[in-house]
Amino acid sequence: MLELALKGDKKYWGWIVALLGVIGIGFACYLWQLKFGLGITGMSRDVTWGFYIANFTFLVGVAAGGVMVVLPYYLHNYKAFGKVTILGEFLAIGSVAMCILFVLVDLGQPMRVFNMFLHPSLNSVLFWDTVVLSGYFLLNVVIGWTVLEAERNAAPPPKWVKPLIYLSIPWAISIHTVTAYLYCGLPGKGFWMTAILAPRFLSSAFAAGPALVILLCLFIRKATHFDPGKEQIQSLAKIVAYAICINVFFFLCEVFVVFYSNIPEHMDHIKYLFVGLHGHGAYVPWMWASMILMVVGIILLVNPITRRNEGVLAVACAAVFVGTWIDKGMGMISGGFVPNSLHYVNEYIPSVPEVVIAIAVYSIGALIITVLYKIAVSVKIEVSG
Amino acid sequence: MELSRRKLFKIAGISAIGLNAKPVLSVFADVHGQTRTPDTKKDHDALTAKQWGLVIDTRKLKTSKDVEPLIEACHKIHNVPELKNERHEIKWIWDEPYQHAFPTKENKYLDDRVKNVPFPVLCNHCEDPPCVRVCPTNATFKRDDGIVLMDFHRCIGCRFCMAACPYGSRSFNFRDPRPFIAETNKKFPTRMKGVVEKCNYCAERLAVGQMPACVEASNGALIFGDLEDPNSEVRKVLKKNYTIRRKQGLGTGPSVYYIV
Repeated sequence: MLELALKGDKKYWGWIVALLGVIGIGFACYLWQLKFGLGITGMSRDVTWGFYIANFTFLVGVAAGGVMVVLPYYLHNYKAFGKVTILGEFLAIGSVAMCILFVLVDLGQPMRVFNMFLHPSLNSVLFWDTVVLSGYFLLNVVIGWTVLEAERNAAPPPKWVKPLIYLSIPWAISIHTVTAYLYCGLPGKGFWMTAILAPRFLSSAFAAGPALVILLCLFIRKATHFDPGKEQIQSLAKIVAYAICINVFFFLCEVFVVFYSNIPEHMDHIKYLFVGLHGHGAYVPWMWASMILMVVGIILLVNPITRRNEGVLAVACAAVFVGTWIDKGMGMISGGFVPNSLHYVNEYIPSVPEVVIAIAVYSIGALIITVLYKIAVSVKIEVSG
Repeated sequence: MELSRRKLFKIAGISAIGLNAKPVLSVFADVHGQTRTPDTKKDHDALTAKQWGLVIDTRKLKTSKDVEPLIEACHKIHNVPELKNERHEIKWIWDEPYQHAFPTKENKYLDDRVKNVPFPVLCNHCEDPPCVRVCPTNATFKRDDGIVLMDFHRCIGCRFCMAACPYGSRSFNFRDPRPFIAETNKKFPTRMKGVVEKCNYCAERLAVGQMPACVEASNGALIFGDLEDPNSEVRKVLKKNYTIRRKQGLGTGPSVYYIV
């Protein structure tokens, strides 16, 4: 099926070349980082994880969110989603690829990454995160490819793929749960030490992932002859609406516990993010923007009149996507490290090369998703036409 | 035998997974069976203990000047670089005022002496170290004598240990540290960029019968010994004085005690 990705118009190839260009610039920055060390980033002794790990965390969510297209079809026999499951699966592949790349570019000694398998430590959540992420990657590659190939040959998918699909559903939950466990089991990190972190991650994942699928569906309808379907988009929109409401609710639960209990080690991080601490408040506008975006998303998605208008829906999905990106990305990571263990406020601002490398990683993801979606859409058109 | 491209890829893929699986499976095997411990030969002068511990008598430390020799002794023999950029700083031992050394024991009405005491802070060599728990490669590990050590050659630089340490005791080499070492001590390794490092309780000195460098330079303000031995000097000091530890409520079991 790969040959389908090689047949495209000028716009398609222009987009591919543009992505390759950005990847090239990012790669040059990465070579610089390899040569100099992680000192070219904004990270410090106090904020030891930054933009890379923030995006990694967010994208695990996008990958897991893809399951929201798969689950209703296979578990609830919701036939309409049969048309778009492949979009969820291929989105997951691209997202997990980005996750793995973000972890790789964050390593101080990337050449030694296989030490994780040569000298694995079963106590380390990072080891398990690698296991579940690579497992999820493989599952989606095998499932997505096999099912699409069967569709192309107008044959039912092979029987052995069904158990894998059922396995992939709890597996999607696991990738984001384990990713939350990276953070919430660390003693002395008050911001992360909350049992609701994994549920919070999942709720924002099930908002951000399907929101992106909707945006991609709207784009596909406009740019190709394949229509993912009005009903499909509306059902996805309802999923996003529920998930983003739950996400904001979980956050408010957090705020209650932290401020009613009045424990400084837990309060100071949220104070730093939303009102600033000891005169430092670089994240204050970002965090409020995130809250406003998520609330705007809720208003537009819950209200049926605005939700049914696809133009407004696109705006709502973009708001949800960006809002959760700020909240679970930079807010989550930087908020956990500031103030630091000795209660100093040392802020973290990503550096330019760091952002360029991150954009390049996103471009690699976009490239993977573009190629996979191109194949999927071509097959869909081929089959229907 | 005819091998289609597809089949070749399949076999190659499965082999690649297989190659990775072996070491992982051996770890699982170790959990139930016996763990392999490498044989090491001890120097006959080597100092040994069941759990090394440190008592810091802050009554003997008046100003930062009193802590400086400790820091210098440590950083010099361990090739700790001096980096001007605060973000990239490497430190194994340094001093902090009370409210930062003990941020969970805030006290508005601290007496004048304690307010000015420079508290030396360093790796606590915890009984139950979170850094060891989270390390994905066992690059940081706890020895039988309680010392938490780093294998600089195994560390992949993921910095999970730095996120897990509640004491901020770990430093990361954000750049090549070697140009910033004034005088290299050939007896101790220098580090490369991209790995984490921290205090090692002078394991290399204990191995040849010497006390840790900071203890030696402290004029008796730092007392080092076996916490499990009731007759050791640290235990005698602990018996006679009330001591506090940093964030002991987290259950890490710090082995550094402070007499205030």
